[in-house]
Amino acid sequence: MAVTEVTWEFFEEEVERPPLTPAQVAWRRFRRHKMAMAGVGLLIVIILYVTVGAFFYSEAEANRIDLSVTLSSPSRSFPFGTDGTGRDILARTIYGGQISVLIGLCAVIVSVTVGVLIGAISGYYGGFIDAILMRFTEAMFNIPQLFLLILLAKFFGGKIPSFKLLGRSFSGSVVVIIGVIGLTSWMYLARIVRANFLSLKEQEFVTAARCVGARNASIIFGHILPNSIAPIVVAATLGVANAIMSEAYVSFLGVGVQPPTATWGNMLDQAYHHLESEPWMWFFPGVLILLTVLGINFVGDGLRDALDPRALAEAE
Amino acid sequence: MAPLLEIRDLTTRFYTLDGVVHAVNGISYTLEEGETLGIVGESGCGKSVSVLSVMGLIPDPPGKIAAGQVLYRGQDLLRLDEAQIEHIRGKEIAMVFQDPMTSLNPVLTIGRQVIEPLIVHLGMGREEARLRVVELLEMVGIPQAADRYGDYPHQFSGGMRQRAMIAMALACDPSILIADEPTTALDVTIQAQIIDLVKDLRDRLGMAVIWITHDLGIIAGLAEKVVVMYAGFIVERGSVDDIYGDPRHPYTLALMKSLPRVDRSSGEKLATIPGLPPDLLGLPPGCPFTPRCEYAVERCRQENPRLEPVGPGHEIACWVDVTTGRER
Repeated sequence: MAVTEVTWEFFEEEVERPPLTPAQVAWRRFRRHKMAMAGVGLLIVIILYVTVGAFFYSEAEANRIDLSVTLSSPSRSFPFGTDGTGRDILARTIYGGQISVLIGLCAVIVSVTVGVLIGAISGYYGGFIDAILMRFTEAMFNIPQLFLLILLAKFFGGKIPSFKLLGRSFSGSVVVIIGVIGLTSWMYLARIVRANFLSLKEQEFVTAARCVGARNASIIFGHILPNSIAPIVVAATLGVANAIMSEAYVSFLGVGVQPPTATWGNMLDQAYHHLESEPWMWFFPGVLILLTVLGINFVGDGLRDALDPRALAEAE
Repeated sequence: MAPLLEIRDLTTRFYTLDGVVHAVNGISYTLEEGETLGIVGESGCGKSVSVLSVMGLIPDPPGKIAAGQVLYRGQDLLRLDEAQIEHIRGKEIAMVFQDPMTSLNPVLTIGRQVIEPLIVHLGMGREEARLRVVELLEMVGIPQAADRYGDYPHQFSGGMRQRAMIAMALACDPSILIADEPTTALDVTIQAQIIDLVKDLRDRLGMAVIWITHDLGIIAGLAEKVVVMYAGFIVERGSVDDIYGDPRHPYTLALMKSLPRVDRSSGEKLATIPGLPPDLLGLPPGCPFTPRCEYAVERCRQENPRLEPVGPGHEIACWVDVTTGRER
């Protein structure tokens, strides 16, 4: 008797559970992805490192020059050692990390905005507009990104003054780097979005939306864009990793964010002349870049699997 | 008084790489307030294209409305620019599509989709519009409408999705509802429910309906006037009684014969129309039905007949009188 009751309750529970929304299905699949969850863990640790760490070291400490302790190896008072002007590497990786992550996120916001706009307009309107925008995209593709990055960074570098935000002062070069990275990395996304729009705009629900009198802008952003959110999210996630790498490139080459504002990239640059003699100078920022990029890529992979529309359809 | 909707010589062509597709070839019909018109014909005979032309939804390129007028309350819709026709679409003339699986956006909630015309056309605020959506969903027979507001289309069954589509179409109280084979993708019991729903709403709201179908059975109980289309031409039109009681075009006759009937003896074979509708890329000079027509005479191959009256309000385009089998 007891057995029957249990079975019955079990069925009842099955029946009454409401169907999952696509987001819930995706979240469930994402949770099961071990690498992705490891990536999330890694990123949480790094975020904690750069935020909580700021409570232990002030920015002034990170930028304080003390010529009596230059190039000291890791010790109790300087766990990560000091650089050529006696600044504490641990404190600098904390504040540099904030800037690097900030640049990564902001640059992606810029590149996603530009990429989605160009891709969406190109794919939706087609014809002449499409031809113009896509030739422009291809032209941008054909210029080596690193070259463009260095050139633009050099050209705009120093033209924007430092500014204060949230009680901290930022070197104007941060804005330049965000803009430059954002504006040289949108092309891939624009192509994805365009391809998506090309197929989605032929769907009947678009005709149906036009039929109730929806305007073009509402169809593009309200009806079609939500359908291509999955590839955009994946591309944006991976884009953060790429932007952090790009920042490291240009800063390493000395045209990026200017000292005293630290970033992981310009810390590597300053370590250039000390590669063999003082390895702690490049080791800690280098490892942090590596872990961050690795973590983001794991998450991106997980998102790609979780948001795969074919997989979502299966789960239904 | 001018009719609610008058279509004159509507001609729609598609300019494709293979050549010009003559999808709709100079059709004319009228629709009065509160009237129901059935458009009947096989697949690919221009039924859907003709109504999409009315709505200004022909993809251009490759489509082009080559000639004709679409007069809605005396105003030619084909001469309006995009911004002007957006005020007509969904507000004055609304449309329900064939397949509710594909005509609802899979990633937006039902409420979000039904609310759109209210906000676009009536300028309602969110809260007011939301209440109206629940009301509309209740009106089309969706149970617990308030709870289903935030549901996604995949949580709805086929019949419920079509009900939601109808709610969306009726949101702004249109004077014409165009239903493009709205029951084709549904199973038979649901079909009957949807037909009853539209009938009921038509009578309550006093709107005119254009119902497109290839199922003559549906039209019989629903429409007052019927237009039979073949290869982009209207071949016969008249009242329901004319078409069903006294069909005069060989194509209409053949369609009637190919209807399955319960009272037919079980051994009897269902009549079919041999062949396929013609390729609209290159129509022969004569009547397009000639190759499949059992009454065809020499003249049919030479000249395409125009619509001519055979009774009050009953017109056909045929050289032959099917009652005698001889040329008229």
